[in-house]
Amino acid sequence: MTTTTAPAGLGYRHPWIRIVGLLGAPLAWLVVVYLGSLAALFVTAFWTVDDFTGQLVHTFTLANFREFFTNPAYLGTIARTLSIAICVTILCLILAMPVALFMARVASDRWRPLLVALVLTPLWASYLVKVYAWRAMLQPEHGVIAWLLQPLHWSGPGYGYVGIVITLTYLWLPYMILPVYAGLSRLPQSLLDASADLGAGNARTLRTVVVPLVWPSIVAGSVFTFSLSLGDYITAQIVGGKVTMLGNVVQTTYVNNLPFAAAVATVPVIIVLLYLAAVRRAGALDQL
Amino acid sequence: MHTKRLLTTAVAVSAAALLIAACGGSSSSSESSAAPGGAAFAGPVGKGEGQLNVLAWPGYAENGSTDPAVDWVTPFETKTGCKVNVKTFGTSDEAVKLMQGGGWDVVSASGDATLRLIYGDNVQPVNTDLVPSYADIFPDLKMQKFNSVNGVAYGIPHGRGANLVMWNTDKVTTPQDSWAATWDPASPYKGSVTAYDSPIFIADAALWLMATKPELGIKDPYALDQKQFDAAMELLTQQKALIGEYWSDYTKAVDAFKSGTTSIGTSWQVIQNLASADGGKVMAAKAKEGATGWSDTWMVAKDSPNINCAYQWLDWIASPEVNAQVAEWFGEAPSNSKACAMTSDKTFCDTYHAGDTAYWKDVYYWNTPTANCLDGRTDVKCVPYSDWVTAWSALRA
Amino acid sequence: MTMTRGTKALFTVLALVVGAFIYVPLAIILINSFSIDRVLSWPPSGLTLEWWSKAFQNEGVRSAFATSVQVGLIATVIALVLGTLLALALGRYRFFGREAISLLVVLPIALPGIVTGIALNNVFTTFLGGLTLATLVTGHATFCIVVVFNNALARVRRLGVSVQEASSDLGAGAWTTFRLVTFPLMRSALVAGAILAFGLSFDEIIVTTFTAGPGVTTLPIWIYQNLFRPNQAPVVNVVAATLVVISVIPIYIAQRYSNTDERGAGLL
Repeated sequence: MTTTTAPAGLGYRHPWIRIVGLLGAPLAWLVVVYLGSLAALFVTAFWTVDDFTGQLVHTFTLANFREFFTNPAYLGTIARTLSIAICVTILCLILAMPVALFMARVASDRWRPLLVALVLTPLWASYLVKVYAWRAMLQPEHGVIAWLLQPLHWSGPGYGYVGIVITLTYLWLPYMILPVYAGLSRLPQSLLDASADLGAGNARTLRTVVVPLVWPSIVAGSVFTFSLSLGDYITAQIVGGKVTMLGNVVQTTYVNNLPFAAAVATVPVIIVLLYLAAVRRAGALDQL
Repeated sequence: MHTKRLLTTAVAVSAAALLIAACGGSSSSSESSAAPGGAAFAGPVGKGEGQLNVLAWPGYAENGSTDPAVDWVTPFETKTGCKVNVKTFGTSDEAVKLMQGGGWDVVSASGDATLRLIYGDNVQPVNTDLVPSYADIFPDLKMQKFNSVNGVAYGIPHGRGANLVMWNTDKVTTPQDSWAATWDPASPYKGSVTAYDSPIFIADAALWLMATKPELGIKDPYALDQKQFDAAMELLTQQKALIGEYWSDYTKAVDAFKSGTTSIGTSWQVIQNLASADGGKVMAAKAKEGATGWSDTWMVAKDSPNINCAYQWLDWIASPEVNAQVAEWFGEAPSNSKACAMTSDKTFCDTYHAGDTAYWKDVYYWNTPTANCLDGRTDVKCVPYSDWVTAWSALRA
Repeated sequence: MTMTRGTKALFTVLALVVGAFIYVPLAIILINSFSIDRVLSWPPSGLTLEWWSKAFQNEGVRSAFATSVQVGLIATVIALVLGTLLALALGRYRFFGREAISLLVVLPIALPGIVTGIALNNVFTTFLGGLTLATLVTGHATFCIVVVFNNALARVRRLGVSVQEASSDLGAGAWTTFRLVTFPLMRSALVAGAILAFGLSFDEIIVTTFTAGPGVTTLPIWIYQNLFRPNQAPVVNVVAATLVVISVIPIYIAQRYSNTDERGAGLL
């Protein structure tokens, strides 16, 4: 008796057929739709726009890049955006560690699903509403923070760089807490016990044992806090006052001058790609 | 090694494919014709297609969602059967980009968008014979440089207004009649001044220079040679220190003025109307140095599938009754001379100087700066709008 | 690290402080949804249920909500199919290009949303002539793939290949194996991934503004348009508060479906 196993047999004997069969559709989607449109966009970075009609002029030129990189105002924007992204990542880490440690090591097993749900819940409150809530909170006269700081006669940081950092930290915190929590919960208690047995205090253990072992998870979390901050522009519009980030430059110039916007957009893309390459070295891509 | 090659090849192949397609696809659109946009709709205007996509300045196409009592879209839908879908934009640049993206049937374009839309082949000429209300439009709005080309009309005038200096009366206790407090480096409102977030605002800086530095010789704030332009940009850089927030979303401006985040700055009448209606202490006035302003035109998209609904809309929005409603809601002078008899406030047209040509003498409607100076100078080249955009973008960076 | 009372107390306190930081703004949104003031001021001068009743009658909100659900469902289904296929391929087989592909899958989320947005917008407006609901769904599906992929991959790795091999040995074809063996084992991971993908699509604003056609209004777009409008801003607060409350259900489901060691991992 033979059962028709030809397809299965074929796939088993020649795994590559199976691989191609599995990968065909998704790769077609990702490469054609996604990579293709990215490529089409970055090709326009080498073109220009007709002065009057706004239509694309397909002559190769490096003018957009030159204009962007030789203008100190734009270089300042790159620096400012990078610094915001780094500050947000560091702040997120500082705030995430105690919570993740609490969830992984202090809270009993029973509570963990609830705690994870509590950390996830804010992600479902609309991004825009959360930023708007911070706009209300940071308002120099009628905001919550101004109200709290009344005794100190200070109206709070108001709208600007600090406002952006606080708001972005708030928004991306769950993206840091969860991977770190996942990493910490996988940490065997035996290692921590061993460290204590060898005489290390809690702080030392944290510094020399926990952090290095959890490092890939931290880096995984940082990928999101960093890249999400790097490309953000809506937060800057709502709580940034007149401060702008790279995303704002792209958003305002894309309307009139797509090639220039595309040239500007290469910067965050390259930065993120470099970051991802470094992250891969740290073995964190698996943790994503 | 292998992975890199695979990825690179994939990217290169798709890039090449798209490049070929792009080059092939775009060569047809670089022609320009004498009367851009093809021929106007010959008519007659028939039954509506049941759908109309409207791109409008905020306040121009109210459907009751801002204020249930303010609605001239629903009556239009009932009358014509054209279901209206309105999208508002904050700046002319947004309008141009949205029109280029397609899907819209009519757009209310200011003078700094109209010519770009015409020459960019995004709109079609309008057959004014098919719009009965056109006959009553004020003559000095018809067939202007910004809404017609070579004697061909490209739209129906909507209304006009000036950009006003607006202030929060809790923060600014003396009534203002000048732009001075928004430009003076020693302004008492440093840190809470606002300005319109669009390259066209450079003209406002030029306007201030017209009043304060006549030696620069600026006659038309949209016709700036390099020297005048640089002076305007310098002024704007100086102003940046005074600015709290720039605005392009009018509702954000309403919120900012009402809450006191912004004390003073450039604004529109509709913003003051909305802020005050909600209990905000906000006042506005036209500055004595003159103002930039707008004269808007309703245009029809090239190849609009809902052409009958589009023409019905043009006639509706320019009709005396509706034109009056829009003008009163937004706070601008109507374009239809018969609208003045229909406003609920009988002195409305006088307040807004609807027929008063003297008032509009020092209002410089938004226009599209071109290399050929708009003020007629032939000895110098003026800075074209694309450079305005570049400079503004660098200022805001 | 010994968990002394002191250390435990310290971490508990710190966690509570950060927890307060996370939840205070949400509480403020909730309180403001009851506030009489139309412009956000603190403390609110009075409380009212007016906005809640207005919100449920508001047609704009209801149709935006429906559109968001529709887009989310379709995008999630596409992401489920593509993400599962990818996870099966990458989780079981070793081949060159594997790392490149996992990088490629992450890119739509890792790269700034505005870059994805204008890239897709450029292609859609240049080659497809315009934006529609379909273009929006395409954009959403693209970045939802990675969410499903992560969850599915984690599960596929845990399952190993032996179960399938046994199934093949017993004579089942590829599709039958998938249907009767692999899928039931992966189901809970896919549910968790699907819920997260749906949530991601539901709240997305940046790529949405660039890929939604003229008539398409998702809930985030509706919120963006109405955030500052005097009549609608309080309704926005109601919408946000409602979203938080009803989201507890899918989150709880997702948590119950994921295994202990997957909980929290593969979030994105």
